[in-house]
Amino acid sequence: MTQATPVPAGAQAPARKERQGKAAMAATHSTLFASLALLVLVLLAWEFLPPALGVPKFIIPTVSDCIVELQRMWTQESLLAHTFSTALYTVLGFAIGSLLGAAIGYVLGMSEFWEKVLSPYILALQIAPKVAFAPLFIMWFGYNSMPKLLVTVLIVFFPVLVNVLQAMKTVDRDLINLARAYNLSRWRIFRKVEMPSTMPSLMAGLRIASTLAVIGVTVGELVGGNTGLGFLISYGGGQANAAMVFNAIVLLTVIGFVLYSALARVEARVLHYLPKAQG
Amino acid sequence: MALEFRSVTKEFLTRSGEVLTAVSDVSFVVNEGEFVSVVGPSGCGKSTLLSMTAGLYQPTQGEVLVSGEVVRGPNGHVGFMLQKDLLLPWRNIVSNVEFGLEARGVPAADRRRRAMAELERCHLAGFENHFPYQLSGGMRQRAALARTLAIEPEIVLLDEPFSALDAQTKLLLQNSFAGTIAESRKTTLLITHDLAEAVLMSDRILVLSERPGRVVAEIVVDLPHRDEPLRRRTMPEVSDYAGQIFRHLKLEEKAI
Repeated sequence: MTQATPVPAGAQAPARKERQGKAAMAATHSTLFASLALLVLVLLAWEFLPPALGVPKFIIPTVSDCIVELQRMWTQESLLAHTFSTALYTVLGFAIGSLLGAAIGYVLGMSEFWEKVLSPYILALQIAPKVAFAPLFIMWFGYNSMPKLLVTVLIVFFPVLVNVLQAMKTVDRDLINLARAYNLSRWRIFRKVEMPSTMPSLMAGLRIASTLAVIGVTVGELVGGNTGLGFLISYGGGQANAAMVFNAIVLLTVIGFVLYSALARVEARVLHYLPKAQG
Repeated sequence: MALEFRSVTKEFLTRSGEVLTAVSDVSFVVNEGEFVSVVGPSGCGKSTLLSMTAGLYQPTQGEVLVSGEVVRGPNGHVGFMLQKDLLLPWRNIVSNVEFGLEARGVPAADRRRRAMAELERCHLAGFENHFPYQLSGGMRQRAALARTLAIEPEIVLLDEPFSALDAQTKLLLQNSFAGTIAESRKTTLLITHDLAEAVLMSDRILVLSERPGRVVAEIVVDLPHRDEPLRRRTMPEVSDYAGQIFRHLKLEEKAI
């Protein structure tokens, strides 16, 4: 405690650190290995079990069937364009929805009056199943990209809003008083104390929202329209082409996974100041 | 006179609509460069005194004066520090120390220079780029003191700054704070419930009664080494003073 010389993080007992590092590396390796082994096992089971049990291909296509179908979709169904469209609207809907959610969350967080006035409606809308709005949006806007974008925005909006609002309400009062005592203006208190304080909650909300965004787009595409992976699912389903459905689902998962991972990286960078959990 | 309370009464409205008197008719003076402690039972409105000095809220009756001016709101003459260090976790130590200067239009280079000087004075040189979570509780409190002193306040208010620390860290930190404050010649008001701490660190001690808090005694600590509580601690008179406060607080009657 009284040491006057700074000790750079990680410089203490380098030998022990290294040993711990090696042990941690080994642990990471073994979990990675186990994960991959499990994947291989599942893929093998998928490839060989259904034919062995006499399950027809239109019920459960094997891995190789799916890969063959993927090639066909690539050449004949313009898979790339569909995937790109879905990815674009996922990101777009996510961005618009979370931006709106965060903005309104911050505004309501600063006005106790409006927060109280609006909170029952927010709760009601939060509980309402957002995907059920999809047919309505199609009636209103027609068979274009608007309905799926709106469903995505709507589904992304609430978790971000609620997380931000909750975080704004629980900002440490003493921190705000400190800022007030330092004569910081209302806007500066928001920018320098409240906003950074809510970052962990905002990031958590965004992570939830990113997984929901894919659902929003998919439902929008399933219900109406002729583009996107959701459309390929309903199209493939109509033709009893299970492999096509499988492929579309996998690609949707990949899109969601990429978005989630990107957010996790942003989060790790933004919240670098939080002590890392051990292990 | 650096700080003056003129028959200050503060009432709060509780949720059930009752009027709660936190402090009642409190008057005292803290002279420039003096170190005064306020002790009292818990809930006697000690922290209310601090909040009124900082201008976070106004007295119901009476006036609080800092350097002869009536306090009407948060102002730059007062720096305060709580049991919690209130360091912003997303800022490194040096930008935390700069925090108080940011509303004052001090140029960035100047802010940095002043913050570094305060860190030096609080024995934290070399830790400026660390983040709060990388520091021990005692070091974080020293960083909070550096931030408090960086705004060059006329009065430093300390609200139980050592009460969350372990016993040994507490002694060392009291010593380090006392040295730093003596060196900077700051007028200081320390709110504490630790009687020994009040005796070790102060020139004068105000004893508050239970709620509604009023000043029931004023004890002048006539001992040397205010800047070195660890040395003062070895003096036999310390326990006499603590005993005096003890009696004023009527603690025997409560010990069943």
